[in-house]
Amino acid sequence: MTTLSPSVSFAQAGTGQAPVGYHDDVVKWFTIAAVFWGVVGFLVGLMIALQLAFPELNVAPYLNFGRLRPVHTSAVIFAFGGNVLFATSYFVVQRTCATRLWNDGLAKFTFWGYQAFIVMAALGYVLGVTQGKEYAEPEWYADVWLTVVWVAYLLVFLMTILNRKQPHIYVANWFFLSFIVTVAVLHLVNNVSVPTALFDAKSYPVWAGVQSAMIQWWYGHNAVGFFLTAGFLGIMYYFVPKRAGRPVYSYRLSILHFWSLIFIYIWAGPHHLHYTALPDWAQTLGMTFSIMLWMPSWGGMINGLMTLSGAWHKLREDPVLQFLIVSIGFYGMSTFEGPLMSIKTVNALSHYTDWTIGHVHSGALGWVGFISFGAIYYLVPVLWKKKEMFSTPWISLHLWIATVGIVLYIAAMWVSGIMQGLMWRSYDSMGFLEYSFSETVQAMFPYYVIRALGGLLYLAGALIMVANIYMTIRHGVPRERTGQISAHHAVTA
Amino acid sequence: MSEQHHQSDKDPVSGVNTTGHEWDGLKELNNPAPRWWLIVFLITVVWAIGYWVVYPAWPTLSGHTQGLWAWTQFKQLDEQRQEIAARQNTIAPRFDDASLEDIVKDPELQAFARAGGAVAFRNYCAACHGSGGAGGPGYPNLNDDSWIWGGKLDQIYATIAHGIRAHDDPETRQSEMMAFGKDGLLSAQDIGTVADYVLSLSGKNETPLPDAAKTKGAEIFAANCAACHGEAGQGNIDLGAPALNDALWLYADTREAIVAQINKPKHGVMPAWGKRLDERTLKQLTIYVHTLGGGQE
Repeated sequence: MTTLSPSVSFAQAGTGQAPVGYHDDVVKWFTIAAVFWGVVGFLVGLMIALQLAFPELNVAPYLNFGRLRPVHTSAVIFAFGGNVLFATSYFVVQRTCATRLWNDGLAKFTFWGYQAFIVMAALGYVLGVTQGKEYAEPEWYADVWLTVVWVAYLLVFLMTILNRKQPHIYVANWFFLSFIVTVAVLHLVNNVSVPTALFDAKSYPVWAGVQSAMIQWWYGHNAVGFFLTAGFLGIMYYFVPKRAGRPVYSYRLSILHFWSLIFIYIWAGPHHLHYTALPDWAQTLGMTFSIMLWMPSWGGMINGLMTLSGAWHKLREDPVLQFLIVSIGFYGMSTFEGPLMSIKTVNALSHYTDWTIGHVHSGALGWVGFISFGAIYYLVPVLWKKKEMFSTPWISLHLWIATVGIVLYIAAMWVSGIMQGLMWRSYDSMGFLEYSFSETVQAMFPYYVIRALGGLLYLAGALIMVANIYMTIRHGVPRERTGQISAHHAVTA
Repeated sequence: MSEQHHQSDKDPVSGVNTTGHEWDGLKELNNPAPRWWLIVFLITVVWAIGYWVVYPAWPTLSGHTQGLWAWTQFKQLDEQRQEIAARQNTIAPRFDDASLEDIVKDPELQAFARAGGAVAFRNYCAACHGSGGAGGPGYPNLNDDSWIWGGKLDQIYATIAHGIRAHDDPETRQSEMMAFGKDGLLSAQDIGTVADYVLSLSGKNETPLPDAAKTKGAEIFAANCAACHGEAGQGNIDLGAPALNDALWLYADTREAIVAQINKPKHGVMPAWGKRLDERTLKQLTIYVHTLGGGQE
């Protein structure tokens, strides 16, 4: 590290064209796409939240809850999250390998190919074309296309690593690579199906019954584990030390928690099938591996937070760093809550209730969303060669509005979820259920309204980000030309 | 870590050595993993191994390990069911032996019936009849004293157990009103006339019916409707023919609705709950519905 001065713009160094000549066009496209799909995903999320509170808002058939719900989940996970992962992994792998992204054409193909997949999937949902598997709704034709795109992604990423001008592979790239490889395997196995005809959108999975359920949740849980955890830890491992201007806290911890995380995560899926037709032994393994997953998950949190030691003062002024650190906080919270909810006794109460929805959103809105916003606020000035974001106060405003939104959301879901679970299991002294299902639905109404309000705030925050990005690209102060830029150059915030 | 690149330097802020690697200005400190982290990790591993010993855990060639207590989720389910059954069993045996008339006379049995009946009603009946039993167009209101198939205990029980026009129960309640208009049994004009007359039975006409129309309507009614609905439109519970001379209407109290029903009648369907619910629940539901407001002695 050659400079460590707060007055030096982080954008000065390590990010320019010479001498390496990074391929940043495709990173720009992915960044814009991420922001676009993010807003779409948050908006549809708000719509379905309102539909739950006010069922009259269901517009059959194209815009009813059943069709919009997968549009929301796919838009936020695969369209928003996926584009963020493409953008950051392409950005990070070039810089930490000190080499240009392998094969410009193929990298650009991954961009257009991935957007085409998103559009194919979303159109299918709205038209009622679905496999009916949660988070794996796209039908076979979209799955085949995604496989092609994903193999191209793997090739681009892997070849860039092989071309690296660095002796070692940086920790962020371990996580990115594990995410790309594992998602490929999960996608292929869970989507093995036979189309009813060559030109028919409908297909039937080769897996049946409880095997199908088990494979689905092996896939579903590891979509969380590798797409939303490992991939985003890759983001964390680059952008947090960069923004803090500090070395990663512990190399040894990163090795230990990386290998333990990816080894243990893959076993945890059965906790989605507690007290079902899944055999007891498989439930036990899913639960115990989920408990053992607690510390491997927290390894990333420790390494992220402790990286700030010596730089905590920067947290006071830099809302981008605040986004990154708050996201690590939510990460720690939801990776504690997850193992807790995997315990059968707890799960007997929480399963099928809104508690699960609250849990998912503390991870999705807090961890995935905030680390993405932090990375995007870091990337935009660098990619468009601006000194800094157009407005720092707007970033702060986004942070606070979105944080209040998350708190409203998850608090409402905790209350409504636990209430719902208790009402379902409540028996009176004569041994009769105290509440009917419809009464539990009625009782959740106020919390559904609060949840929608939380979602509205989160969406409002994202729109402030859009305005800020637009103003930065159109009217931002250009970055001054600095002299020699090398891949080893220091970057400080 | 390859040795030739291992040129660690000291981080001036923490005083800790780096690993000597550097990427794009990023370095790593050579801190050990926190001890508490390792210890908690090991505790969870040991706990997991202990759990595997106690509970069914690992698949084997011929099945899976059973654990110390041969626990299964089905045993747990049985235990919990027994606990609930035990609560019901303080009253249930006496309830099962009692007739519907006995239950109504015994406050304890009646409370038991109403508690269980309320749950069953909201789970099975409320979707059509409303959570309070107020019904809706095509779904009879159960709070009033107008009964299509009778409001006595045994009549209510028979309706619940065998349903109405239930395809899978030969003892189900059957009735069919003829499609007077569709099948050409009455002219459109006659249907209009008799609809006005039906409205007049409960005084629902907007303007009083002229004597001539009334006479003509009464004539058509007597020839076509009275056989089932009664001379005065008082209905007939043996035939499931609704009363037409009260202010309570299954569909609507408008001329259009009545014309539509005479022209091509709708026939509601109710499942035969005896096929799905046990005897105790059927009795509870009967008492519950009977006490909603319109139960007849």
